[in-house]
Amino acid sequence: MKRWLTLLCWMFLVAPPAARAQLSIEITGAGANRIPIAVAPFVGEAALGEGLTAVVRADLERSGLFRLLEVPPMSPAPTEASAVGYPEWRSRLADALVLGSVSARPDGRFEARFRLFDVVKQQPLGGIAYTLSREQARATAHRIADFVYEKLTGEKGVFSTRIAYVVKRPPNRYELQIADADGAGAETALASLEPIISPAWSPDGRRLAYVSFEAKKPVVYVHSLTDGKRYAVAHFRGSNSAPAWSPDGKTLAVVLSVDGGSQMFFINADGSGPRRRVTTSSSIDTEPRFSPDAQWLYFTSDRGGSPQVYRMPVAGGEPQRVTFDGSYNVTPRLSPDGKTLAYVTRNAGRFQVALLDLGNRQVQIITDSEQDESPSFAPNGRMILLATVLGGRGVLAAVSSDGRIRQRLPYSGGDVREPAWGPYID
Amino acid sequence: MRATSRLTVLAILGAAGLAVLLAGCGTSPTQTQAPAAVEDRKPGADGGKPVETSPVKPIDVTGGPSGSALAPLKDPANILSKRSIYYDFDKFDVKDEFRGLVEAHAKYLRENPAARMLIQGNTDERGSREYNVGLGQRRSDGVKKMLVLLGARDNQVEAVSLGEEKPQDAGHNEAAWARNRRSDLLYAGEY
Repeated sequence: MKRWLTLLCWMFLVAPPAARAQLSIEITGAGANRIPIAVAPFVGEAALGEGLTAVVRADLERSGLFRLLEVPPMSPAPTEASAVGYPEWRSRLADALVLGSVSARPDGRFEARFRLFDVVKQQPLGGIAYTLSREQARATAHRIADFVYEKLTGEKGVFSTRIAYVVKRPPNRYELQIADADGAGAETALASLEPIISPAWSPDGRRLAYVSFEAKKPVVYVHSLTDGKRYAVAHFRGSNSAPAWSPDGKTLAVVLSVDGGSQMFFINADGSGPRRRVTTSSSIDTEPRFSPDAQWLYFTSDRGGSPQVYRMPVAGGEPQRVTFDGSYNVTPRLSPDGKTLAYVTRNAGRFQVALLDLGNRQVQIITDSEQDESPSFAPNGRMILLATVLGGRGVLAAVSSDGRIRQRLPYSGGDVREPAWGPYID
Repeated sequence: MRATSRLTVLAILGAAGLAVLLAGCGTSPTQTQAPAAVEDRKPGADGGKPVETSPVKPIDVTGGPSGSALAPLKDPANILSKRSIYYDFDKFDVKDEFRGLVEAHAKYLRENPAARMLIQGNTDERGSREYNVGLGQRRSDGVKKMLVLLGARDNQVEAVSLGEEKPQDAGHNEAAWARNRRSDLLYAGEY
C-alpha cells in the first residue's frame, strides 16, 4: 500500500527558534513488551543539518512502547526504495524497520521519503514523501514518528502536537511558551513582568486562553498563536480566572468574582454577549472543565467543607460530588475519551496526581513526588503532562496513564510550570 | 535597634515611593514591590548597622490636592502606611490586631471620596493555583466587606486575588507561608 502525500502547509510557520534551551527527556521507567524496531539512518539527511533519524528514534523511544535497536553501518546504505533483506533484519531481532532518504529539490527545498516494514510478516506497511524546508526537519521527523506509532500500536501518535507552559525567570519575568511535545523548538508567545497561569488550548489548537496578572489582578485573555493577536475576554471588576474551552470552541467557562465570591460563568469565546452565571453558591467554585461530550462541567468546590471535585450538567442542574477520598482533591482534567478523571490529591501533605476511573470508581495515584500539579492529558490519552518540583525548581514531567512510564523534562533556565498539552492539529 | 532600622527602611521606601509618584509614572511594575517591601519583617536585613538617612522634604509639584492627600498614606508614623493584613492558615477573617488598620483606612476612604483602593488577597504556595486564587479572593472580599461596613463606598474598593503568585517571602517554610497569607491594600497611583 503506497500512500504518497506532499505536505505543503504548516501550522506554525514562525520565527527561527531563539535560545536553544530545550526540555530534554529522561526515561526513569519503561513498560514491558516494547516493540523492537530498527530505524536506519535516512540516507542523505546531512543536507538537513540535524537530520531526521535522531528525532524519529527519540520520539519512539520516549513513548515507552518501542525498543530502538542498534543499526550498524551498511554498504550500500538502504533506502525506502531498496530491496529489503528481511532475514537479516529478523536476525537483529527487529519486528519493524524504518528506511528513508532525503534529497534536495531544484527549488531549494528537500524531499524526505520513508517506508515502514513489518519484518515478521515481511511486508511494507506504508510510507510518505514530504516536501520541506530545512527549518521543517524536526516537524517532519515528528510526522514520521506519528505514522510509525499509529501503524504499530493502532492509536494516534502525539509527537506532532505542541505543549504550552509558563517559565518564570528570576527575578520577575514570566514567559508563556509553546514547544513541540518533546520540548524542542520552544517559542515565547507572551512575556510579562507579572504572573501568567492556567493556559488552555482552544480545540482547534490555534489559540490559548490564559490568566495574566499584568493589570495587577487576574484577567482572562484569548491569544491567537499564528498572528500574535490577543484580547481580554473576561476583564470584569474583581478577579477573572480559570478559563476552560467548550469542545466546540465557542464558549469559555471562567471564574469571576464580579458578583461576589468565586463563581463560574459561561462567556462567548469571542468576547461578545453577556456573561451567564453557572453556579450560585457561597463556596469557591473554580477550575471548570467540560467533558469531551460537552454534557458535563467538572469543577473544584469547597461547598462540602473541603475542596473536592464535583460535576454538573452543562445545561444546568444539581452538582454531584465526584471525589470522596481525602480532604483536598482539586484540578479536575478529563481524558480525551471522557472515561478517566485526572486530579490532584493531597496525600499526607504531598500533592500527587490521581486517576479516577469514572466507570468502576477505582482510584490510582500515579505520581510519587511532593508538589505535582496541573495534570494535562495527551490528545491520545496515553500520557499525562504535569508540573512538579525537582531540586527546588519547577520542571515538567510526563507519566503514562497506566503509571508505568515516567519521564522528566528538565529545563536549563527558570521555573517551569502550568503545562497544557495541545490538541491534534490536522 | 530593629525598630529603628525598620523605620529607616520605611522612610527610604516612603521617599522612594513618593519620588516615583512625583515622577508621575503610573504603572511601572517596580512600584508594586514597594508595599510588599514595607512589610518586610526579616531581621537583620540591614546587616545590623544603623543606616543614616538625610530627611527628605517632599516637594509637591503636581498641583492638585491628590499629592497632599496621599501624604498620610506614606507617613511611616501614620497607621495608614500599614498596608498588609496577615492571616492564620486556612483563615480568612481579619484578626483583632489588624482591626485598627482597617478602621483607619475606612475612615480615610470615607473622608476622601475620590480615593480608590485595590485589595489584593494572597495565599501561601501550597495547593492548586486556581483554588488559591479563590482563597485569596475570600481574603480580599472580607477586607472589602469590613471597609464598606465602616463607611467606605462600594465603588471605592476593588477586591481581587493574586492567589499564590506574588509571595512576599520566597521561602518554603511555615514562617514564609505566614508572611504570604495576606491582603495588601493599594491606593490608586500605587499600582
